[in-house]
Amino acid sequence: MTATAPRTDADTAAVRRAIASTARPPRPGPLATALTFGWRGMLKIKHVPEQLIDVTITPVLFVLMFTYLFGGALAGSTSAYLQYVLPGILVMSVVFTTVYSGVALNTDLTKGVVDRFRSLPIWRPAPLLGALLGDSVRYVLAGTVILVLGVALGYRPEGGAAGALAALALVVVFSFGLSWVYSAVGLVLRSPSAVLNGGFMVLFPLTFLSNVFVDPRTLPGPLRAFVDVNPISVLATATRSLMAGAPDGTAIAVSLAVAAGLAAVFLPVTTRLYRSR
Amino acid sequence: MTSGSTLAIEATGLAKSYGETRAVAGVDLAVPAGAIYGVLGPNGAGKTTTIRMLATIVPPDAGTARVLGHDVVTEADAVRGLVSLTGQLASVDEELTGRENLVLVGRLLGHRRAAARARADELLEAFGIAGAAGKLVKHYSGGMRRRLDIAASIVVTPQLAFLDEPTTGLDPRSRNQVWEIVRALVAEGTTVLLCTQYLEEADQLADGIVVIDRGRVIAEGTPGQLKASVGNGALHVRLLDPARRPEAARLLESAVGTVTLEPDPAALSAACSDADRAATAVGALGRAGVGLADFSLDQPSLDEVFLSLTGHLAEEPAPATQEAS
Ligand SMILES: Nc1ncnc2c1ncn2[C@@H]1O[C@H](COP(=O)(O)OP(=O)(O)OP(=O)(O)O)[C@@H](O)[C@H]1O
Ligand SMILES: [Mg+2]
Repeated sequence: MTATAPRTDADTAAVRRAIASTARPPRPGPLATALTFGWRGMLKIKHVPEQLIDVTITPVLFVLMFTYLFGGALAGSTSAYLQYVLPGILVMSVVFTTVYSGVALNTDLTKGVVDRFRSLPIWRPAPLLGALLGDSVRYVLAGTVILVLGVALGYRPEGGAAGALAALALVVVFSFGLSWVYSAVGLVLRSPSAVLNGGFMVLFPLTFLSNVFVDPRTLPGPLRAFVDVNPISVLATATRSLMAGAPDGTAIAVSLAVAAGLAAVFLPVTTRLYRSR
Repeated sequence: MTSGSTLAIEATGLAKSYGETRAVAGVDLAVPAGAIYGVLGPNGAGKTTTIRMLATIVPPDAGTARVLGHDVVTEADAVRGLVSLTGQLASVDEELTGRENLVLVGRLLGHRRAAARARADELLEAFGIAGAAGKLVKHYSGGMRRRLDIAASIVVTPQLAFLDEPTTGLDPRSRNQVWEIVRALVAEGTTVLLCTQYLEEADQLADGIVVIDRGRVIAEGTPGQLKASVGNGALHVRLLDPARRPEAARLLESAVGTVTLEPDPAALSAACSDADRAATAVGALGRAGVGLADFSLDQPSLDEVFLSLTGHLAEEPAPATQEAS
């Protein structure tokens, strides 16, 4: 405190004046409320930018590791494998980031501010929807890191910049749908680390038993059947097709439908869990 | 809106259990509008759970409650539009600045950006937080955080404010500031439901008090009524010369009543709640030439009220409701 520091005590007369002005504005709409919560998420990133390290470092490691460690063995050359695997890694790193949405929500719940949100006259799903909209910014970031790094290492999308952006958009929309599942998990499990472990316990097998890293034609029958119906495979196929400039309409439609289905089922579930915990 | 009813809160049989723990086991409340109503109880008594049901955060397992005329379950949204909550855990976002917290609440309540900012600045100034407006709340002192929390509760002035232990952990100076703010709220017409473990706080602020213990109401009334129900106050006397204590005891015994010798060899007290008789007794000591260091006439403290109501002190958590974690 310096000698010129402003007053640090309450001024009762001013408090009374502030209390006396009771104007209550009209209630904001649902979307405006959700966007305000999205703004809250942005402010947190602004104050603690270090929290983006997970989102940026992990994808970089994935690209480097898979390309240079496995590339030669799996595809004959690192450049050929990079061309195959990069869209898959885009899917994997953005999808992995959704687990952090559940972790963040679980952490948030231990804070007293949640009780304030629950006592405000606002649209009930707004805090969740806003947080997930805010998290989508992270997904865009993680995806952009992968694309930029891939191009730097020699990856060339045949679909050009437009194809790459369309692919990124698809992956982000899918992840937004999936993040509702992790929000529910984040509300059910007791601790942030339980959410993290539980989340990856499901996502690791789903990602590795997909066509993200290998062409499933080499796989034994039953495994191949699973890989073919795995939604992560479908999303990877759709993403690859967009980046290759030859959109696979079915795979894209199925990916979007899965995202919409997850959001439709888990939005009400998550909203109810948020209220009752 | 509340159609002539002068009760701000009317609850009957409110109950809430968490697993085996009966956090609230049937609470009735009748809180008059426009006053400060104290909910007094030790740790784990069920104060926070009661407030959370009334503020529509958790639905009750049983019982009903109307807040400002609206049912907390079927008309929860209407209740939320009239009340505000200052929770026991600071209900502000520690990872945002003080100003951002107030703008956030303003925006959520429907203020446009400019209006939300103007209101935030007005409140920061009035509550003495303007100098730290741009600092993250996690770096605030306890007193500043509490004031910010209350400021967030009056971004739009509520008709009823729930305050859950607003001064726990504050130094006397910060506590006094919070008390002043609470008095200002009521002076401007807001009803306040105040949970506290501090008997002095309830005595200082509340017009009516309900004492709860282990999820049940065990007493209700004004601070004065509660004290009266416990019985007499006491005349405390301290002598200049401890050797005169037996003589002083005899004199007090005949002037007022039962005398208790205190651990201090120069001090003694007599049960008495009538100021005139106390004056007579002190006069008698003076005439007999027993020199007095000081004397006082005490009302029973709410601590004593609590002890006599519950059979245990307020500071001791009740064994049956100790927290599992
Ligand atoms: N969310 C919860 N889950 C499990 N148990 C709970 C929960 N909330 C409260 N309890 C239990 O219910 C009982 C009453 O708790 P409550 O917080 O209402 O008491 P309180 O009077 O506010 O106490 P304190 O003075 O410590 O704040 C306690 O035994 C507590 O452990
Ligand atoms: Mg409490």
